[in-house]
Amino acid sequence: MDYTRRIVLRLAGSAGALAAAAAAGFTAGRPAWAANRNEAAFQAKAVADALKSIGAVNIVESRDIVITAPDIAENGAVVPVAVTSKIPNTESIAILAEKNPFPLAASFDIAPGADAYVSTRLKVGQTTDMRALVKAGGKYFTAVKEVKVTVGGCG
Amino acid sequence: MSEPMKIRATLQGDVADVRILMMHPMETGQRKNAKGELVPAHFIKNVVVTHNGKTVLDAEWTQAISRNPFLGLRVKGARAGDKISVTWVDNQGDKRTDEVAVAAGS
Repeated sequence: MDYTRRIVLRLAGSAGALAAAAAAGFTAGRPAWAANRNEAAFQAKAVADALKSIGAVNIVESRDIVITAPDIAENGAVVPVAVTSKIPNTESIAILAEKNPFPLAASFDIAPGADAYVSTRLKVGQTTDMRALVKAGGKYFTAVKEVKVTVGGCG
Repeated sequence: MSEPMKIRATLQGDVADVRILMMHPMETGQRKNAKGELVPAHFIKNVVVTHNGKTVLDAEWTQAISRNPFLGLRVKGARAGDKISVTWVDNQGDKRTDEVAVAAGS
């Protein structure tokens, strides 16, 4: 892997020298299975662009991905979302709130053999489809759950 | 300086149920203060969880994660007393690491 190039890319994206140093130091200590931050995907303003930046093609709908989120979230600032993937060899789980200004909310790289379950809390601007994108064995799988939001949390 | 995380790791069989609560404002960069000025984005970008020094989860986050973020995960093959360590780095270069031992479950 060409680390120098990646570090340069990170330097270009970060504001201060301090942040750059931290980012550079961080890259060196990462395990091989953990992908570097895909800034383009996180900055994407449309779901399709985010998926494209991730490189997710031929995405298959899967019932083996379970998204645990409320049907109705009263407070959009704190929406609990948990994703479990029962697909063998799950490498990463990404969570996208489709109508958020930046849909890709988080991406979790999972160590080989580790439990493919993550739980967190998201800010959701408005009623949206919550999409989980799972990478397993080099292929992409997805599942969607709608979350109705009473009061948006992107203010 | 950032406040310490609250980490709880409880054994259930051979799986440790890990719950992490971080103290962070998680500013989106879209919110305005009382004077109408944009509050600069300030959020955790990366979270790494290790089990006895071996990384089990490497998460990339954005401003879409709620304030004082919660992260839950399960660590397979854990035993009571194992070390679970969590490190986060934010977009302003601040970072913090906290560690707990896995507690025996009921």
